[in-house]
Amino acid sequence: MIYEPSSIAVAIFALFVAVTLGLSFYLGRRARTSAGYYAAGGGIPWFVNGIAFAGDYLSAASFLGICGMIAFYGYDGFLYSIGYLAGWVVALFVIAEPLKRLGRYTFADALDNQFRSRAIKLVAAISALAVSVFYLIPQMVGAGVLIKPLLGIPHWVGVLLVGTVVILIVATAGMTSTTYVQFLKGSLLLIFSAGLTVLILQRGFKADPSPEASAPQTVTTTPDGKRLVNGKPQGHGEGQADLRPVGHVSKLPGGISETGPLDPIEFVSTLRESEVVLWTSKRTTDESGNTVTTFSPRPTSGADVLRPGNSPTFAGLQKESLPAKLNFLSLMLALFCGTASLPHILIRYYTVKDSAAARKSTVVGIAAIGGFYVLTLYMGLGAMTGGMMDVSNSNMAAPLLARSFGELPFAIISAVAFTTILGTVSGLIVAASGAVVHDVMTGFLKLDMNDHAKVRVGRIAAILVGLVAIVLGIVFERMNVNFLVGWAFSVAASANLPALVMLLFWKRTTKQGIVSSVLVGMLSSLAWILLSGDTFKDVYGLSADASPVPFSQPGLVTIPLSFLVLVTVSLLTRPKSPA
Amino acid sequence: MAGLDHSHLPPPEVRDPAVERYNARLGLVLFAVYLAAYGAYVFINAFRPAVMDQVVFSGINLAVASGLALIVGAVVLAVVYAVLCRLPKGAGA
Repeated sequence: MIYEPSSIAVAIFALFVAVTLGLSFYLGRRARTSAGYYAAGGGIPWFVNGIAFAGDYLSAASFLGICGMIAFYGYDGFLYSIGYLAGWVVALFVIAEPLKRLGRYTFADALDNQFRSRAIKLVAAISALAVSVFYLIPQMVGAGVLIKPLLGIPHWVGVLLVGTVVILIVATAGMTSTTYVQFLKGSLLLIFSAGLTVLILQRGFKADPSPEASAPQTVTTTPDGKRLVNGKPQGHGEGQADLRPVGHVSKLPGGISETGPLDPIEFVSTLRESEVVLWTSKRTTDESGNTVTTFSPRPTSGADVLRPGNSPTFAGLQKESLPAKLNFLSLMLALFCGTASLPHILIRYYTVKDSAAARKSTVVGIAAIGGFYVLTLYMGLGAMTGGMMDVSNSNMAAPLLARSFGELPFAIISAVAFTTILGTVSGLIVAASGAVVHDVMTGFLKLDMNDHAKVRVGRIAAILVGLVAIVLGIVFERMNVNFLVGWAFSVAASANLPALVMLLFWKRTTKQGIVSSVLVGMLSSLAWILLSGDTFKDVYGLSADASPVPFSQPGLVTIPLSFLVLVTVSLLTRPKSPA
Repeated sequence: MAGLDHSHLPPPEVRDPAVERYNARLGLVLFAVYLAAYGAYVFINAFRPAVMDQVVFSGINLAVASGLALIVGAVVLAVVYAVLCRLPKGAGA
């Protein structure tokens, strides 16, 4: 049985939630001003902020998504790790210090620093809200996906639970509590991921050449919604059946049956000379209207597992397909440019006292995030060969890997994954709430609010954004988590980065140039995504060939377009120099 | 937990245009170095993926070695930047 509701898991979940809420209520009594609510009064120590960066950034997509992709397809998931980390180089070397000097609460402050333009405040706020909502949806969906099998509760209850806890965190103490929750979560994620990796290396590999380990499996969904596994009703009772856990090495080098403990280099080199059983799935509909998903084994050489192009996402890399290669370049460009444009990351620069602290906290963040991404390779490959994977759900690979070492590690890793989602959602809600109150209400609408009112309205905005996130998390239950995160990165990179970079490095930038660039970047990337082959296939249920755009990822076109629009409009609207 | 009072923003930091220019230039140089490495990695993966299959040391192929090198390289460059950056005159350490 892959999933059984566990009392240890419930107890550890409850403990994590109680600690998180206790911290929030404690800090909530100490920060009652708008400076405290939106920017933690600029008083967060740089080391805490650096680990909180990792807490903010290592979302459900990083922990559940990347580990799952490596476990199912090998190296291709690691491409995401590298792209996500590389984006931090842009943040540190180009953005961090000037952004800190130019702003106070939101990145719109920095964009608007020299122009004092209401239009800039408005478009920057709309962009921050759009990106935050796109980023929120996969986190909420991930929460439901994680909790449903672990606690045996429906998806919507899981989403509601996360939403409620996060609203309480953000509404009580804003950025201060969010930061310390992120610090806690970032630390736990790093410590337990490192522990899991040590266990993986200690275990090494065991070969299982038995035919039973590689037997195909089927899941049938009848028109009235019943699920059959291998022809029997799904369940744990007599006459019922459930999916068998999968993931094993079928041949080890030299014909040995097990390796014993391995060092990190031996682990990868031994896998390269082994044969691993990966799984493919195919969905068909029979004459009775039953939907049958067949999971078939695919023995694959370790060398193939450890090279790019093994997953459906990047399969085109091994073929001479120019659109597939352009799609890959576009994704890697969006990941590179997207990090330094995410509103919930950028607002973290305002929680430290000065630009030197912003720099130091980014260095700590890069070290923590880089360390975690190295571990994703081992956790993914460990899950691929650990014999505990759910063949129907790649997102559960990391928690199930922990189960292969016992119930306690499973409960802890699952609770850490849950806290991961709590932390990221908190940061996103603070960013969205800041955009509504600071940029739209006081910056654009010029509403006259005292400090107390700003905090009260911020709390109301946080509750409303949290409620929207709960609804979207339930509605988008079946959407692919990584797909939505890709949307957020592409929109952020196209809308925000060109304006930020040009403002910092090109003196002829005008406010009209910034407004046009943000709008064109945001709308063109959204339009491209909605017209892409992936969206046609996965969202509209149409053929991908009907898509009018040549590849799915927009960044390669929309990021340069946004730069071009900014330069052109700025040149056309530059102030006339006095005669 | 006296350090957890976050009610007010800190005073504006001391500005030093010469230091800001030096730090910005240093950042751009290191950014260019990393961009070249990342760009080469992405282009090889896209247009010469077979090269990534080659073993470079101890049974590790170029795909894994270069991926790990990009992660470690980002951390090393970040530390180099932090060490070489200057503080404005009169600013506390």
